[in-house]
Amino acid sequence: MTEALSLTPLEAEALSLSLWVSAWAVVGSLPAGIAAAWVLARLKFPGKILLDGLVHLPLVLPPVVTGYMLLVLMGKNGPLGALLQKTIGLSFSFNWKGAALASAVMAFPLLVRAVRLSIESVDKGLEAAARTLGARPLRVFFTVTLPLIMPGVLAGVILSFARSLSEFGATITFVSNIPGQTRTLPLALYTLTQVPGGEAGALRLCVISVLLALLALVGSELIARHIGRRLRG
Amino acid sequence: MLDIRVARRQGSFQVDADFKAKNTGITALFGPSGAGKTSVINMVAGLLRPDTGRIVVQDRVLFDSECGIDLPPEKRCIGYIFQDGRLFPHLTVRGNLTYGMRLTPPKQRCIALDQVVDLLGIKHLLDRRPAKLSGGEKQRVAIGRALLTSPRLLLMDEPLSSIDDGRKEDLLPFIAKLPRAFCIPILYVTHSIDEIERLADNLVLMADGKSIATGDAAEMVNRIQSGTNLRVQAGPAATTC
Repeated sequence: MTEALSLTPLEAEALSLSLWVSAWAVVGSLPAGIAAAWVLARLKFPGKILLDGLVHLPLVLPPVVTGYMLLVLMGKNGPLGALLQKTIGLSFSFNWKGAALASAVMAFPLLVRAVRLSIESVDKGLEAAARTLGARPLRVFFTVTLPLIMPGVLAGVILSFARSLSEFGATITFVSNIPGQTRTLPLALYTLTQVPGGEAGALRLCVISVLLALLALVGSELIARHIGRRLRG
Repeated sequence: MLDIRVARRQGSFQVDADFKAKNTGITALFGPSGAGKTSVINMVAGLLRPDTGRIVVQDRVLFDSECGIDLPPEKRCIGYIFQDGRLFPHLTVRGNLTYGMRLTPPKQRCIALDQVVDLLGIKHLLDRRPAKLSGGEKQRVAIGRALLTSPRLLLMDEPLSSIDDGRKEDLLPFIAKLPRAFCIPILYVTHSIDEIERLADNLVLMADGKSIATGDAAEMVNRIQSGTNLRVQAGPAATTC
């Protein structure tokens, strides 16, 4: 019985890799996500609709297309990939960093949407009040806007984390299916469905995925409630 | 001396105000709703940009369209008490009070936290959050928050309008005390004759976006109440700016 409940080394590897990749995907894309959300919520400029479209593209494109574009752009011989490799020694090709990048790009629209909505609901009068009290725009953002949008940021973080955990198509296209590097839970599950006698293992991974997703959702709800209570006093 | 001359077009509405006010006491900006009063003090605060004009507060030029001067709000040293309080909901009363104080260089601070807390009677509220305060308490905290930046001018935009009548009586004496207690002039927006009689030393009359007369508050209130047509009398003078 206890044997059935404990993870096999393969499962443990896929699970911890999934968490690691998703965490980096979220942490890495959060500053850019908040910045993009702020720009879309507050600024008016020609071409804004284009930026909006670009941010949302991964949501509507087939993941394989996004993965292939990443491969062309960020791969070893891609223009951006080669440049990053040469200048700062950062490589995304066929390693966990590539998996994190693919997850981040796929989850980006969800992050931006959640944060943008909460920025749009912030009373600009509070920001104006902070300016009259002597705060520069950047300080206003960090001391007034950011604390007020925390519930939205958190919702965005959870959503994009959950989306990263479930990322499959772009990842397998961009960085393939390498054990210990890019074989996250969904890829491990897919691998097991491709080999004879893998059904039992696949089912176990399926249960792990469901539990993980539930945990993330319940956790986010609890934190959101806590923050909401604090804001209401 | 406050020297304010601002013009701004907002859609089909033209704000055109030109008045001087003394460096002491309360100067009321009086007129019906939609007369452009709030627009004028938003321009003084730097929250709204005039098309043309010049704003001088205590010998400091805050805005001058000809010289290209336009200080941002955070550099103007002007306290603003908004109609709706605008306390930061994520901070306690203490956090709200000290928000601007901590951004004021210690050398420029001439108003102490204890002094403000005592005068406004908000000591028992310090650890509460704004959501748990009544309308009157919120406005007292908002006044304290603005005072603690040691401003050179206080702007008040109908600070009593969101408070029920009984509570107004509690707040009026506090506001009346402010100019003398802290040596700060106040520009006070209102459409209530009663508040002017109780508070104001000087009065600027506004209608349709224009400042149409300026003078001693008591005298002006008499003329308004006796039905003298201020607009005709003051019209030509106001147009020669």
